[in-house]
Amino acid sequence: MNFEEKLAAQLKPEEYLINIGPQHPSTHGVLRLLVTLEGEIINNVEPDIGYLHRCFEKICENRTYPMGIPMTDRMDYLGAMLNNLGYALAAEKLGDIEVPIRSQWIRIIVCELNRIASHLLWLAAFGADTGALTMFMFGLREREMVLDILEQASGSRLTYGYIRIGGVAKDIDKTFIKKTKEFINIFPSKLKDYETLLGGNPIFQRRTQGVGTMNLETALSYGITGPMLRSLGVKKDLRKNCSYLPYDELDFEVAINNHPDCYGRYLVRIKEMGESLKIVEQALEKLQDGEIMPKMKPIFKPKKGEAYIKIEAPRGEFGVFMESDGKNKPYRVKFRAPSFSNLSVINELAKGGLIADLIVILGSIDIVLGDVDR
Amino acid sequence: MILKLASSITAQPFLQSLIYGAICSTIILSVCALCVMSLIFLERKVSAWMQSRLGPNRVGPRGLLQMVADGIKLIRKEDIVHDQAMKFLFNLAPCIAVAAPFAAFATIPFSENVQVVDFELGIVYVFALTGFSILGILIAGYASVNRYSLLGALRATAQMISYEIPMIIALLGVLCFTETLSLRETVIYQQTNGWNILYAPISFIIFFIAATAECNRAPFDLVEAESELVAGFHTEYAGIKFAMFFFGEYVAMMLACSITVILFLGGWLAPFGFLPFAVGSILYTVWGLFWFVSKVAFLLFVMMWFRWTFPRLRIDQLMVFCWKVLIPFSMVNLLIMAVLSTFIKG
Repeated sequence: MNFEEKLAAQLKPEEYLINIGPQHPSTHGVLRLLVTLEGEIINNVEPDIGYLHRCFEKICENRTYPMGIPMTDRMDYLGAMLNNLGYALAAEKLGDIEVPIRSQWIRIIVCELNRIASHLLWLAAFGADTGALTMFMFGLREREMVLDILEQASGSRLTYGYIRIGGVAKDIDKTFIKKTKEFINIFPSKLKDYETLLGGNPIFQRRTQGVGTMNLETALSYGITGPMLRSLGVKKDLRKNCSYLPYDELDFEVAINNHPDCYGRYLVRIKEMGESLKIVEQALEKLQDGEIMPKMKPIFKPKKGEAYIKIEAPRGEFGVFMESDGKNKPYRVKFRAPSFSNLSVINELAKGGLIADLIVILGSIDIVLGDVDR
Repeated sequence: MILKLASSITAQPFLQSLIYGAICSTIILSVCALCVMSLIFLERKVSAWMQSRLGPNRVGPRGLLQMVADGIKLIRKEDIVHDQAMKFLFNLAPCIAVAAPFAAFATIPFSENVQVVDFELGIVYVFALTGFSILGILIAGYASVNRYSLLGALRATAQMISYEIPMIIALLGVLCFTETLSLRETVIYQQTNGWNILYAPISFIIFFIAATAECNRAPFDLVEAESELVAGFHTEYAGIKFAMFFFGEYVAMMLACSITVILFLGGWLAPFGFLPFAVGSILYTVWGLFWFVSKVAFLLFVMMWFRWTFPRLRIDQLMVFCWKVLIPFSMVNLLIMAVLSTFIKG
């Protein structure tokens, strides 16, 4: 008996089963949701994942350390820089490598730009989920600018592979800085535009306020992290008091608020984009000349041991566990994907709501299926 | 003119009206088809303009032939009727969805003397037919044997039946003044007394919102909410049958805007009674046609504007908006209009 048949057998007479995905306009990838409905009211949601499972952890164990970086690109493909960063940090911790100062600032800049790009795509898709299709185009338009900047640094637009073990792949140039400054000038006014077009719209507010409310207990028991947790008023951001990059020298706020619903998640992400922009602006000023890669042996072979690194990815806490047995390949790699934990709460959020709410809730969680399935 | 032509062919009244009907429906069908094509093109261009894109610009000069290419594509596509569908109803549904709004065009006075038939119950006839087009959607959802389609169809029925109420109540307010159910006479009334929107602005707003909802346009497009129900009631339809639904939707839009223009914006009358041509001449008719088309085009643009700006409502919010906002407002409005009309008319 398969998954679907099992659910179908449990149906009450007034219920019926509807299959949303893996091919559906708004499941954001290949997610399949088996929804038990009574009229339009949701009684149960079962996410069926694994359509994008590509065994990245196992593949990483069969490749040398530097060869693992392209694998991490393809997990959370909207926040690829941060995945690179997590992997590189874990390897650096194993191999006791000191990252040059310039590289650290470059890492902050590209990571925060990537966070903005990721949130912009989320905003675009969230607009489309609620039916505001113009928001979709507006979000992608500004994301395009960020992608151009990141392309200038890394040479690619989605799977960067830019952050390497020890530093970054190559130095940023004048064009990069010029484009970034242009973006910093333009973007705040665009954020206001989004507020007028989407956030201030009463229909949008009614669609999101009070929809998918979550209490702190549920959030903690499901291991929710990132903007979803911060929308509950929890001031948890790994960039504060962090040891992995010099965020402490920068002045920024943790975006929190007290709307435990989809609207709160929207507000948190909008504010986070503004804060990320502030970080980029300050980091550009702190940038000094210098090396970008430390002197390393040609073959990276850390000594026996294990390392766990957690960083603040756009979707929440991204963790990398890495164990070395002294060879040039990692013995074990494990990724903690934020989307996976965040998605698992969907049944709690959507139960009792309408089918239109389910789509909005799914959008507000901001999942990337590459991240969920790995 | 066409009537004269018909009477010159045959003397029998029945055959005359048959020929007259055939010629008129051919004209209306072809003109509407052209209008729908340009409307879809405009919709795409307007949406592109609002979203800072270019829109179709490859096929033909400035992408003008894009719609022709799309039409040919849709006609040539395989017509899929899946195994479990109820075949007869499945095929019938798109016909109803197209035929109902088309038939309503029979009483629309496009200009002075440009009208197929002017009969006394014109308004009732038009509303009866718009009510009828729900049937097409309901049948489509039911006969598809698809849960998404059924959900879409149920939403459509609930929505259209609810929104017909404020629409007709808003209309009643106008009828207090015009005291006629003929569309032509409604316009002629406005010729002497000024446009209805001047003394029934609230009626106009309620009527236009309800008309947008009747056409299933955003923000009331829950029927085919693509992010929720894939494509709603026409999920299972492909090729020309899908095109017919699409067509029917745009014809319904044109109909809704035409009715709004006739009831509130003075039909074919030029603003401020501006009249450079003698009444009765051909130029006068063309002048009226020009104003009618421009007013309808403006309202259509407003509808597109809605669509590309607003997020979609949820089904319960949609119902609340209708029953708790529009209907009470239209009731109060009707009362005021009734009192006003007694005062003004004595």
